[in-house]
Amino acid sequence: MTPNSAIFTPLLLISLAVFIWGCWKRFSLISRGRYENRFDNIGTRFGEMLLYAFGQKRVVSKPFGINHFVIFWSFIILLIANTEFLLHGIFPAISLMKLPDGILLPLLLMLDLVSLLALSAVIIAAIRRLVSPPYPEARTLEAFFILSLIGILMLAYFGINAAKITRMQDGAHALAHTWMPVSSVISGIIPPSIAASIYAFSWWAHAFALFAFMCYLPNSKHMHILTAIPNCFFHRLEKPNTQPREEFIAGNTFGVDRVDNYSWKDLLDSFSCTECGRCQNVCPASITGKPLNPRGVIHDIKVNLLKNGDSLKNGGTPKVPLIGENGEGSVSEESIWSCTTCGACMEACPVFIEQMPKIIQLRRHLVENEAKFPEELLNLFENMEGRSNPWGIAPTERIKWCSQLDIKPFNKHTTEYLFYVGCAGSFDSRNKHVSVAMAQLLDKAGVSWGILGKDEKCCGDSVRRLGNEYVFDKMAKENVAMFIERGIKKVITQCPHCFTTLKNDYRQYGLELEVIHHSELLRNLVQDGRLPLSKRTEEMGATIFHDSCYLGRHNDVYDAPREIVEAAIGKAPSEFERNRSNAFCCGGGGGRMWMEEHTGERINLARVNEALEQKPDTICVACPYCMTMFEDGLKDVNADAVKVRDVAEIIAEVALR
Amino acid sequence: MLIVVCIKQVPDTTQVQIDPVTNTLIRDGIPFIVNPYDTHALEEALRLKDRFGCKVAAISMGPPNTEGTLKKALALGVDYAILLSDRVFGGADTLATSNVLAAAIRKLNSEVDKVCLVLCGKQTIDGDTAQVGPGIASRLDYRQLTLVDKIVNLDFPANKIRVSRKLEGRHEIVEAPLPAMLTVVRELNRPRYPKVNMRLIAAEAVVEVWDNKTLKLDEQKIGLKGSPTWVSKIFSPERDKGEILGDGYADPAGTAKLLIDKLIAKDMLPL
Repeated sequence: MTPNSAIFTPLLLISLAVFIWGCWKRFSLISRGRYENRFDNIGTRFGEMLLYAFGQKRVVSKPFGINHFVIFWSFIILLIANTEFLLHGIFPAISLMKLPDGILLPLLLMLDLVSLLALSAVIIAAIRRLVSPPYPEARTLEAFFILSLIGILMLAYFGINAAKITRMQDGAHALAHTWMPVSSVISGIIPPSIAASIYAFSWWAHAFALFAFMCYLPNSKHMHILTAIPNCFFHRLEKPNTQPREEFIAGNTFGVDRVDNYSWKDLLDSFSCTECGRCQNVCPASITGKPLNPRGVIHDIKVNLLKNGDSLKNGGTPKVPLIGENGEGSVSEESIWSCTTCGACMEACPVFIEQMPKIIQLRRHLVENEAKFPEELLNLFENMEGRSNPWGIAPTERIKWCSQLDIKPFNKHTTEYLFYVGCAGSFDSRNKHVSVAMAQLLDKAGVSWGILGKDEKCCGDSVRRLGNEYVFDKMAKENVAMFIERGIKKVITQCPHCFTTLKNDYRQYGLELEVIHHSELLRNLVQDGRLPLSKRTEEMGATIFHDSCYLGRHNDVYDAPREIVEAAIGKAPSEFERNRSNAFCCGGGGGRMWMEEHTGERINLARVNEALEQKPDTICVACPYCMTMFEDGLKDVNADAVKVRDVAEIIAEVALR
Repeated sequence: MLIVVCIKQVPDTTQVQIDPVTNTLIRDGIPFIVNPYDTHALEEALRLKDRFGCKVAAISMGPPNTEGTLKKALALGVDYAILLSDRVFGGADTLATSNVLAAAIRKLNSEVDKVCLVLCGKQTIDGDTAQVGPGIASRLDYRQLTLVDKIVNLDFPANKIRVSRKLEGRHEIVEAPLPAMLTVVRELNRPRYPKVNMRLIAAEAVVEVWDNKTLKLDEQKIGLKGSPTWVSKIFSPERDKGEILGDGYADPAGTAKLLIDKLIAKDMLPL
């Protein structure tokens, strides 16, 4: 059957209707989400969209991303051919052929070659999925179906053109040979007798593939073709290293327990996920066998929204709970509590899906509305609220670490820096050594510094990441008031958790501090010659550096600790296989420090074993939690000959002794 | 049916110091907490409320700032929170305290609902006498079941309660008719954590205050006048300042040797 607009047009209109209906349904579901302003800095957003959506910057950061890049750009370029095809189907008079040769011929060449590229990329993608999928569950029928559809489109495109070429006159034939080389080669194997049939078959195959694509797209993960681009546009421009505040007024709901409590951007995220699995391949919980899978969480949010869509639209309550053990569409409590908030998922996501804040919203619901959490957190929450430290030690003990040192309290008129020691630095027997080393180094370098002493309070990092926003809010307000009252402007922290909380979270409370992590300050002091390193230490032996998530990934401090260690040991520290923005969590973040780890392999052991592959004598850290996790892990694998040292301790070795 | 929980606001004893001159607690700047044993009494009352639908009243005798402690009880879900506060209640020993608390329980019994159980912590962490609970039971003529670590059975129709008492090296199962007074130990339960909305409502709530105009007790039986106990001296045992020996982190073996030598020198290590 030859192309026939009388048949084609109604079929197209039906497909278009299905497509628009599907898109509209999803758009209206997204609009059920809470309001959130993502319309600021339009110019920057536009640039980000060009870079990450059209430039595919994150996609191509993995080798196989190049293949996606090819498919993406082929898709964009072939929009020209496909638009022409659809218009031509309705109005046969419309054709690219009417363009002047100067434009037409290069265009045909481009479309011909791009189709071949796309076909190859689709075949490679299918083979990859068969042979070595990004994750085992990625071998879905859906994935192969969509790849086949694209393949059929390309093959049909060649079929149409090859059949046309077969029937061309000599002059046109020669031109086609030059400008449509792939189609010409194929035309060589088509006997002229069946050219007409091939043409008609290919034409209809192309038409039906397009119709199927249109009908299927909004109902599949390939919806990301439409949503990923705006998702890159609307992504959070600042690093997602903090969570939004909550307003504590009686009657408010806290956190998220039903899908429409998420913001519209959260819901858009769920439709933008292409299920590439990059997040789960870097997630410390997923890798070590916990039930948490960041891809799964996003998928469950989408499924939950789709399952509850109708009742939500009618103003009803959701039928499928968002939190629970109800399978697809519900997130289990154990997965919610498994997150270390390391941020690796968000760093890996090519389209900037924000997995971690969504998990914390679920924690907020559990803690604040239900008071339901792993039992070991009860003590933590009460200790934090009652005594402002995780262990519930009397606040008067905060100064014991410096009982044998002469340390001045912070004075707004005479002191430049507040040394915010932090709970670990004040109470943890191992970490007190780091505080002492820091105090001595600051004095040696002649830094003007002081402490808050007994008045120092916990920053509240753990309670915030654990979803206890109510207690965090109280702690933050107390701290912010004290910082303002005491005229504190510049703060040194030795803990990346204090660092990020003071720097990023307290900004929401109107407190702009100049917070410097001790590794950065020490680097500056050495570089400025204020802290002379007269010698180099051999004592550390082979040294490997571990990035803390809240220093590196969440705050982009990667070089300072490495530079300072290099200055002390005379060579760059060796690197973990997964380092810098790809570093693997120690397992202690997100409040996991205070929780038991019952399921799967222990995260700290995974990281310790990764370190031991490099046969280090010293593991250098810049975080008290990492310190504890490594020391515990090394003991577990009977490798306590390997020492764990904070950067400050390594510098103290060469600057003080 | 009403369950009454007696709670006390105590200074956070890990942070408490004693004034060497007056022999009293230095309360300035010391945060207050709910007496830890009382939180278990409160939890058990709330569990019984969840199970049987009875109402729970929390009462506390103390200065006006005790309101904070009662608000914590409200945030956890008690139905009534009553502060027994009056200057004439001040300076009370355990006898005078139990007189006031018993009077309040009588008033609740007659004006709110029939009291079936009174729950107290086994003792407070500041006074540590463990006398107030039993004192209340005596004043009210209730059965007293002390050191309860489990309510084995509570049978309202039969008007009976059977509990397990945690004694030294053994448990004792005892049964008593209601109404009864229980003092409880930590093993009884794990206290719940307050929900935010309840906290916000509790923060706004007005705690009812009963003074002696309400309770109308004989002033000879309450406060300092009603307290036969006389504290002659209270003090912190002296403790010499500690000393940090060597560097146990850099040189554990050497430091252990230092410690052993020191202990031998002081004749504290029998050889």
